[in-house]
Amino acid sequence: MLIKRSPNGIDLPFSSEITPRDVFESRRGFIKQMAMGSIAGAGLLEMAMREAHAQGGDNPKLPAKLNPAYSAMDKQTPYKDATTYNNFYEFGTDKSDPAQNAHTLRTHPWTVTIEGEVKKPMTLDLDALMKLAPLEERIYRLRCVEGWSMVIPWSGYSLSEIIKKVEPTSNAKYVEFVSLADKSQMPGVSSRVLNWPYVEGLRIDEANHPLTLLTLGMYGETLANQNGAPVRIVTPWKYGFKSAKSIVKIRFVKDQPRTSWSLSAPSEYGFYSNVNPDVDHPRWSQASERRIGEDGFLTRKRKTLMFNGYSDVAPLYAGMDLKKYY
Amino acid sequence: MAFNPTPRQTTALKSVIFVLALVPFARMVYLTLAGQLVEPLEFITRGTGDWTLYFLCFTLGVTPLRKLTKWNWLIKLRRMIGLFAFFYVALHFLAFFWFDHFFDLQEMWKDVLKRPFITVGFIAFVLLIPLAVTSTNGMVRRLGGKRWQWLHRLVYVVAPLGILHFWWMKAGKHNFTQPIIFGLIVAALLLVRVYWSRSKAKAYASAKPLAAAQAAAR
Repeated sequence: MLIKRSPNGIDLPFSSEITPRDVFESRRGFIKQMAMGSIAGAGLLEMAMREAHAQGGDNPKLPAKLNPAYSAMDKQTPYKDATTYNNFYEFGTDKSDPAQNAHTLRTHPWTVTIEGEVKKPMTLDLDALMKLAPLEERIYRLRCVEGWSMVIPWSGYSLSEIIKKVEPTSNAKYVEFVSLADKSQMPGVSSRVLNWPYVEGLRIDEANHPLTLLTLGMYGETLANQNGAPVRIVTPWKYGFKSAKSIVKIRFVKDQPRTSWSLSAPSEYGFYSNVNPDVDHPRWSQASERRIGEDGFLTRKRKTLMFNGYSDVAPLYAGMDLKKYY
Repeated sequence: MAFNPTPRQTTALKSVIFVLALVPFARMVYLTLAGQLVEPLEFITRGTGDWTLYFLCFTLGVTPLRKLTKWNWLIKLRRMIGLFAFFYVALHFLAFFWFDHFFDLQEMWKDVLKRPFITVGFIAFVLLIPLAVTSTNGMVRRLGGKRWQWLHRLVYVVAPLGILHFWWMKAGKHNFTQPIIFGLIVAALLLVRVYWSRSKAKAYASAKPLAAAQAAAR
């Protein structure tokens, strides 16, 4: 059991102490000053801004109170690693592509439409989303289906807060998340790697589980574009691709959503995709993982934990054959 | 163009290619040591795999280029280029054995036997070993030119296996652009050989009766 349940949370790290980012922040400040002072300043300033966009770290602060009940004790991944090593195919298939290309994403204005099998469908803008429930910071392990992992402090609140508000009907068996798919902002959408828009989904009880986080921030700031700004889902007990990014629509539906990855390679990426060391990916073992920034040349890969260590969710799958429903 | 390098020029050319061929490796080492990579292990594994395919294509490209340009001296570069393919595939295998299995032979075998994607890559690697071993002049002499040539035709099997390995690696993510490009290049390089050997056989067949007739007339 790796979820720390400490009543006071005093021994837990806060987001403010996490990264050695001040080093490059001060450097960037220096670049900006230089730029403003010079005649050819406009160009330089633009360069500085672009760099800021590409690397993140200059995003507005987003105060959120640490929820120690949902915070892993693992060492956190450096901000730079978490924002430069991403899978976000809307911005390209290489891990470095999203950090390079995601600056074209316009996150303001942004609305999320909630519709389908609900009594009160609604469209919420970011402001409304931010105010819908108190923001919590939670430090989650993130396990990618490719066999690597990170530890990231996210900010948001349980998706169940929204579900309560829209009042699903008895027909709502699943929740579908639809990501933005706009060619003018997302160069990767022109390629046919996946069916666009990116669709992910959860069973309604999974969506209602308190661990499922409607996420608006990371590392004490709003989300970096390459990490799914301005609003995404994080389900820490599932492989990373289940956590849809840059969401524009949340639909409550009767039938299991046809999710992008399970359509693209059904034998490799199932609908459930719970982290499970006993169910291999056809092309590699899922029994172990490499923690980015920690496990390297001198260490064996670490053992992957069932449900990524979030055994709280086990009752959701009681009686289910998880080898069949992978 | 009747360029025909002197032995000294050939040596110089070889040295240049030798250094250039090491640039990708040097870059991997540098970026890793400089701490510029979030995930150096993945970068090295992929990079060495990519460069194995590049050098396999270069090796297979020597003979067609030689025939097209009539630059027969190009053949003198082929051994080195082929050995660089082996250099990168050996690193690629080492990366797999080290990073994925931390030198656990048993674990590695399980993986090799269980996953077709890895099985194919492993077979391709193993098939390249005899080619590297028999690349010296002494071995060519010991085997005899004919037998040596037959043995080295194994590369016609290795290259498609390498493409298949790469194809399966990309298949899960439907990212076929690169495998298709590599596949087309290797297919072209192999088909041109089929074409040449056919037209050679035809020329031989049509020349035979003529030669026989000439012999009879004498």
